[in-house]
Amino acid sequence: MTNNPHISVQHLNVNIGDNPILKDITINIPNKKVISIIGPSGCGKTTLLKSFNRLLDDTADVKITGKVLVDGEDIYDPKAEVTHIRKKMGLLSQRPYPLPMSIYDNVAYGPRIHGTRKKADLDEIVETQLKATGLWNEVKDRLHAPATRLSIGQQQRLCLARGLAVEPEIILGDESTSALDPVSTSIIEDLFIKLKEKYTIVLVTHILRQARRVSDYIIFVYMGKVIEFGLTEELLLNPQEELTKEYVKGFIS
Amino acid sequence: MLVLTLASVSIVILIGVGLYYKSIPVLHKLSWGTLLTSSQWKPLKGLFGFFPFIMGTLWVTAISIIIALPLCLLTSFYITEYAPSRIRKILVPFVNLLSGIPPVIFGVWGVLFIIPLIQNHIAPHFVEFSTGYSVLAGGIVLAVMIFPLIVSIVCEVLNTIPKELKDASLALGATKWETIRKVSIRKASPGIIAAVVLAISRAFGETIAVLMVCGNNAVVPHSVFDPGYPLPALIANNYGEMLSIPMYESALMFAALLLFIIIFLFNIISRIILIRVERRLAA
Amino acid sequence: MIRRKLEENFFRVLMVLATIAVAGSFFLIVGTIFYKGVPFMNWDMITKIPGGGFYIGKEGGVLNAIIGSLYVAGGATILGLLVSIPVAIYINMYLSGKNFIVNSLRIIFDVLFGIPSIVYGAFGFLIMVYFGIRASLLGGILAVTLLVIPILVRTLDEVIRTVPRELRDASLSLGATRWEMSKVILRQIRPGIFTAILLSFGRGIGDVASVLFTAGFSDNIPTSLHQPAATLPLAIFFQLGSPVEEVQGRAYASALILTIVVLIITVLSSVLSKRFSKNSI
Repeated sequence: MTNNPHISVQHLNVNIGDNPILKDITINIPNKKVISIIGPSGCGKTTLLKSFNRLLDDTADVKITGKVLVDGEDIYDPKAEVTHIRKKMGLLSQRPYPLPMSIYDNVAYGPRIHGTRKKADLDEIVETQLKATGLWNEVKDRLHAPATRLSIGQQQRLCLARGLAVEPEIILGDESTSALDPVSTSIIEDLFIKLKEKYTIVLVTHILRQARRVSDYIIFVYMGKVIEFGLTEELLLNPQEELTKEYVKGFIS
Repeated sequence: MLVLTLASVSIVILIGVGLYYKSIPVLHKLSWGTLLTSSQWKPLKGLFGFFPFIMGTLWVTAISIIIALPLCLLTSFYITEYAPSRIRKILVPFVNLLSGIPPVIFGVWGVLFIIPLIQNHIAPHFVEFSTGYSVLAGGIVLAVMIFPLIVSIVCEVLNTIPKELKDASLALGATKWETIRKVSIRKASPGIIAAVVLAISRAFGETIAVLMVCGNNAVVPHSVFDPGYPLPALIANNYGEMLSIPMYESALMFAALLLFIIIFLFNIISRIILIRVERRLAA
Repeated sequence: MIRRKLEENFFRVLMVLATIAVAGSFFLIVGTIFYKGVPFMNWDMITKIPGGGFYIGKEGGVLNAIIGSLYVAGGATILGLLVSIPVAIYINMYLSGKNFIVNSLRIIFDVLFGIPSIVYGAFGFLIMVYFGIRASLLGGILAVTLLVIPILVRTLDEVIRTVPRELRDASLSLGATRWEMSKVILRQIRPGIFTAILLSFGRGIGDVASVLFTAGFSDNIPTSLHQPAATLPLAIFFQLGSPVEEVQGRAYASALILTIVVLIITVLSSVLSKRFSKNSI
């Protein structure tokens, strides 16, 4: 494990209505690595992810206690500035959600909001991020076409470029390849591997093969609790906990 | 059953045909052009220029939309994005109750509340004298009447926007207001347009409430404080005299026909837009 | 960043103000009516007809209008139901599959729904003249029926559509005819029918323009279909501008009665429709 974790979760409890979704989660996310959160459906993986960028705030009847420290600062501090926190995190959802505007405007959306106005600057950002996600050559002739005309795989890469454009430190992916075909999936997986040089990447996935291929560390979540946390190969091939053994046993081949 | 259905549907055609048939006499005498653009309204002399009434209708409708649209949009944003659910549960019924109030009650309220308001508190800042009976009064009363219509449609359209789309914008660090402005409005704009078109068609046809407060003076209004005489009010006010003066009845039927055609078109357009929007968002 | 927060807060304040204006206008209107009408409400008002001519007579109440409105709205609703129930069933049961026709029919009825009542009033008047009917209870009922049919058809149509397809198909596959199926559906959507009745009654009782030409007006309670009938909305409309205070008072009282009736109907119908949607699957 590393010292100086990028995200440090301390005794996080999330309740929606009367249901406890996350129970006393304490975990440290190391810097500039890929971490996959695995576990059965409905056991809190996505909720844990969304607690990192405070997208849970708007959920009805939600109660959150505990601390989530990013770079040492608690993001749930009442004085914290939410939009500032969210800027540090890029979110990639399960299905791509391109904003109802052109490809260019999608990528430029974040920077524009945060103050970048000059066309030259925006042009540069758009080009850089589209190149980083491997889209540039495919779309450079139609930057002003509506983003919805792209294929799903391209849309997801666009959403990634959009998220990178605000210069986050952390990328959050919520089963972000489950709607894609195998080719697009492997393109995105390769991107994650490449991007960890600059960003800390936390992914939720239920595809163990993907977790193994892409990540450095794995967190196994079950029924709202963290059961085990460890290096990928160790956790998958030599799990310590019973529950983990049960979950991964079909995978080891 | 089939017969009844066909009969009901044919009402539309019958109305159109019947009104047209009754309008023929006046159409014989004066061309469509004269009828629509002349301002001379002297039934005794057989002069029927509908221009002031068309303008009256337009003024009142325009004022009502200018007042209602921003207020209703802001209200819809608040209800769908910001209001805590307790407040929302209280608010929405009251907006809906508005839609049940009969127009004549709006008219009474207009006479009792809006007219003195304009006469004593608003107009003196702008003009020498006003009785308060004005297109402004008509516009305000109409605006309140169409509040529930616009709010309910816009809220419905806003609620169909997927949460994940708004989350995507929020995740980039946008504020809720920025998300509304840049994402939600764009996505909802066809629905908003449909709501406006529907509201316009409702406002065009509203007779009683406007009639009671707009002064019923057959002149083209030049300011919001001038009285006006919208088409429906014309028909309603003069039904008694129309039998005695030749051509009058035909002229009034023509007015009804005009109203019918305009509203028919607006309705169809907005329904088609709404259907397309629903289809697109559901897909 | 501060600018962005300021902008959001500014619009937030605007939004709250707008919401207060929109929702609050309800209170403003009802409040004004109550304020003006309550002083004139007394037992006489509801139980007597105007004495000495409705425009200047100082005595009596508005019973003529109350009964007249009940007759007109009630008659129109009944007639309307007779037409619209078959139509709604026909559209949903017998025309399934012919989507183009069904959609066009729905659009047409939507359009009919949007036609202002004055056009129905004018058209009703035309029919009356054609058949030689004078301004009377019959004329009023005719015009309001025309007004109310699209409302009924639309509401009933929506309600029938909530019946799950599987239920219909299951019964049909058991060998029931479409007619027998329709009867079952009607029984199932009974609360929905009530809602439709309430809605159309509420509309019929409060509308002016449709009765303006067609129902006439009178101080008396009509005893036959051919007599003119007073209605609450017209009572308000005609008496509001009277110089005589008692007559104006009758107008305010009529407004109050009408408002109360309509509010009760609106609340009832929304309670019913909520309960209805809870029951359906």
